[in-house]
Amino acid sequence: MAKFDYENWPDDIFQILMDHQVRQVAYVPDAGHTQLINMCHDCNEMKTVVLTTEEEGVALLAGAWLGGDRGALLMQSSGVGNCLNMLTLPRVCRMPLLMLVTMRGEWGEFNPWQVPMGQNTEKALTLAGVITFPVDDGRCVQDTVEAAARMAFEGCAATAVLISQRILGAKTFGK
Amino acid sequence: MNTDRSKNYPLARRAVVGTILNQRGNMLVVAGLGASAWDVTAAGDVPLNFPLWGAMGGALSVGLGLALSQPSRRVLVITGDGEILMGLGSLATVAIQQPPNLAIVVLDNERYGETGMQLTHTSGGVDLAAVAAAAGIPNSNTITDEKGLISALPQIRNKAQLVFFNIKVRAEKLPLVLPPKDGAYLKDRFRLALLGPEASA
Repeated sequence: MAKFDYENWPDDIFQILMDHQVRQVAYVPDAGHTQLINMCHDCNEMKTVVLTTEEEGVALLAGAWLGGDRGALLMQSSGVGNCLNMLTLPRVCRMPLLMLVTMRGEWGEFNPWQVPMGQNTEKALTLAGVITFPVDDGRCVQDTVEAAARMAFEGCAATAVLISQRILGAKTFGK
Repeated sequence: MNTDRSKNYPLARRAVVGTILNQRGNMLVVAGLGASAWDVTAAGDVPLNFPLWGAMGGALSVGLGLALSQPSRRVLVITGDGEILMGLGSLATVAIQQPPNLAIVVLDNERYGETGMQLTHTSGGVDLAAVAAAAGIPNSNTITDEKGLISALPQIRNKAQLVFFNIKVRAEKLPLVLPPKDGAYLKDRFRLALLGPEASA
């Protein structure tokens, strides 16, 4: 189901978060982020914060940056819609923001309710001033997240990596 | 529903904030948008204030991220009832984290002050301290008078304990005391004051 049989991309992301000294990882869970969330939970150097809605994470990481912590925000594409007004914060305050978004409604989606947001995730982020990095090959996740993290933390930008369903494998019920 | 009751509350918001911040020590202060930010600024426009001009519903989450990043510093979030009602879920998120260095003060005038003093849900009986307690913040209380405020001051300022105080304040329109508006400037001066030269690294 995945475009290529490369399954270590969550480990690659985790290593990049470590390399960039990410200390706060905020998330609303997604099946695609399961491994990464578990690795962050198990890491003593990272504080993990489970959110009730994704916009909390945008505000949380603004506060983290005020206090000197770098952060990453993990979510599913549907959560991007929940963030829009809060994305004012990194934009107006010129703060870094690194978002790692697993896509739904984008490649072989079985649930029509995921499609409207999935089809507009990148456009919505662009409108809100977030620089987007779509990636659809698991082998390219490492480079892409590295580029997004550098632009966030060194370039003081809001960035989002959009991880395609081609990498995750489209979800199905049953089986 | 007594919609006019908040006009007669004894506590005045600006005096409440002035009292809390009178001996703020090295406390880090996040202020929610609108009147809360003006109140905090009226008590002194200092670099270790981070007053929001937008991002409604986000003040408590900003305070949480700050508290987690600076465990040795007291972090105080001062915000309004309308602002926190937009982010009630963040009370649950805070409760899961239980940061002992975070204090939350809501100035509850039961109104949306900046948009024409329309009634908020708290005017209809929504009890924010009960919501906070139910979310899992054990030290959650409502303050309605000077005596209650004075006795809460040590807990707000420096007790190593997560606390939430909903302070009922009079509904009143006050002169604007505005902090700087540029978010990048507010962020830079905050980080410079807190982190020193490391802030620009």
